[in-house]
Amino acid sequence: MTTATSTRVAAPAIQRVIRPAKNRLAIAVIRHSLLIIVLILMLYPLLWMLAASFRPNNEIFTHLGIWSKNYTIANYVNGLHGGGTINFSRYFLNSVIIAALSVAGNLLSCTLAAYTFARLEFPLKRVAFGLLLATLLLPYHVTLVPQYIMFNKLHWINTFLPLVVPKFLATDAFFIFLMVQFIRSLPHELDYAARIDGAGHWGIFTRIIVPLSLPAIGTMALFTFIWTWNDFLGPLLYLSKNSLWTVPLGLNSFLDSTGGESSYGALFAMATLSLAPLVAVFIAFQRLLLEGIATSGLK
Amino acid sequence: MGLASFGEQLTGTSTGDWRGARGRGRSPLRRDHARTALIFLSPWLLGMIGLTLGPMVYSLYLAFTKYNLLSPPRFIGVQNFHDLVADSRFRTSVVVTIRYVLLSVPVVLIVSMVVALLMNAAIRFITGYRALFYLPSLLGASVAIATLWRMIWGDSGLIPNALSKIGIHHGSFIGDPKTALYTIVSLNAWAFGSTMIIFLAGLRQVSKELLEAAAVDGASRLRRFWHVTLPSISPLIFFSVVMDTLHAFQAFTGAYVTTGGGPADTTLFYTLYLYEKGFAELNMGYAAAMAWLLVLGLAAITGGLFFSSRYWVHYGE
Repeated sequence: MTTATSTRVAAPAIQRVIRPAKNRLAIAVIRHSLLIIVLILMLYPLLWMLAASFRPNNEIFTHLGIWSKNYTIANYVNGLHGGGTINFSRYFLNSVIIAALSVAGNLLSCTLAAYTFARLEFPLKRVAFGLLLATLLLPYHVTLVPQYIMFNKLHWINTFLPLVVPKFLATDAFFIFLMVQFIRSLPHELDYAARIDGAGHWGIFTRIIVPLSLPAIGTMALFTFIWTWNDFLGPLLYLSKNSLWTVPLGLNSFLDSTGGESSYGALFAMATLSLAPLVAVFIAFQRLLLEGIATSGLK
Repeated sequence: MGLASFGEQLTGTSTGDWRGARGRGRSPLRRDHARTALIFLSPWLLGMIGLTLGPMVYSLYLAFTKYNLLSPPRFIGVQNFHDLVADSRFRTSVVVTIRYVLLSVPVVLIVSMVVALLMNAAIRFITGYRALFYLPSLLGASVAIATLWRMIWGDSGLIPNALSKIGIHHGSFIGDPKTALYTIVSLNAWAFGSTMIIFLAGLRQVSKELLEAAAVDGASRLRRFWHVTLPSISPLIFFSVVMDTLHAFQAFTGAYVTTGGGPADTTLFYTLYLYEKGFAELNMGYAAAMAWLLVLGLAAITGGLFFSSRYWVHYGE
């Protein structure tokens, strides 16, 4: 999980030999300006959406800027307690339930599987590990149709089970792989010490491996949350009953049903609100997230 | 390069041979390993058999049947594949998807590399930049952003609106068959941050000694980049090419929400058509055949990329 980012002083020294100081300053200014211009272009749509979510409906599409005199929270109130069939407070609750269960499922099943691959010897281990690696690259569409048929036969359509149960069965191979690599880097001596103290595999797993793997486990929890929070295809397939919808389904249906420009404000407000947990997670766990990407290629 | 070393590439760590502890007999725990392994691995095994391998085999069977969920599957041989070849919308979806991949993957890689290079040199504020550039890729896969994209490129959206202020009247970019695909490419490109972070991490590991030596030998900035930096991070580039290509072939949400496959099927992604056939028309056999063709196509493409990696990816020194 940790990258050695040792910066050495020699390289700038060489560059100083090559170019005069004035040039270097100019280049630095150009660099930062370029970065800032790209950043503004990228982040402007987000700011515009945030602003639009606080604007009266008739202002949203006529204003390209961010500022307004008529900011209001009416859009949020309308969105959360909107009339008709759209009920975002319900969708948020559903999304939270599914995300929480998914995180719990992945933590449990993926860490157990990872411990087994990293620490235990068993017959056919090479075959099993090969299968695990192969599923990393497998497009999930190939299992989409048969899984749907199976869950349909089990009468699991319009329940959260098709979305949550697979997480308890360690279907996110990527996380197992991440954990295997992490656990393998932990010294074996700790296991032996625990063994001498009378711990079995379960004891070693819960008292040695899990506490030492918290950074990797944290990364896994974060990405599981982000992915399930954003997941659209799964709920689209399995949840057709309005009261079970997740936030993405609600937004999609809201987008299709909004007739005139009368309720775009509420749509913007709910879209903004749906991103809030992601931004909160990002602010709270920035380092863990960015290191997770830099060292493991998670996206 | 085998799959295992690619897997290690995935996690950026090389902790040696994963079979290392095998057969050394050094572990006092070995006696009860097999039984514990079976217990600990049972959730994964159940998932592997019940949710991956079993369904794969079943969908291979379904690909040769006609099945609509209501009456039992009827074996029809290779009829589905015959129909696919003759299906002009299927061909459209293949062309659209390949165009999308060929447009969006290089754009993301190039933008990521340029920004990572700019940031690598601009040490100051790097953590701030890193965080802000990453933010869009955290949000990009969501329906909320796909919705926003419709508000930006659609009728009276942000960009048509801004363009009309400077005298260019285009109307909706999403409703225009010529530009609809580009709006989705731009959605994917907007979320380049995570790829950029991977590249940036790689750039920081490039040997300073090698760069210095090249500079002392009089190599220009461009030559140093081409002959030192690029080869050093080629494993990361390879990793990103493979993963981004696989992801792009399976893109769904952006197109479903933003354009819905239209106008005139110009954004009918492969997965969109598969979804339509399988879950709107309940033509499960046809969808299963499409899914297997996708698996085979992606396997061929991934294999081709792995093969090409011999010639341009450099591991270690």
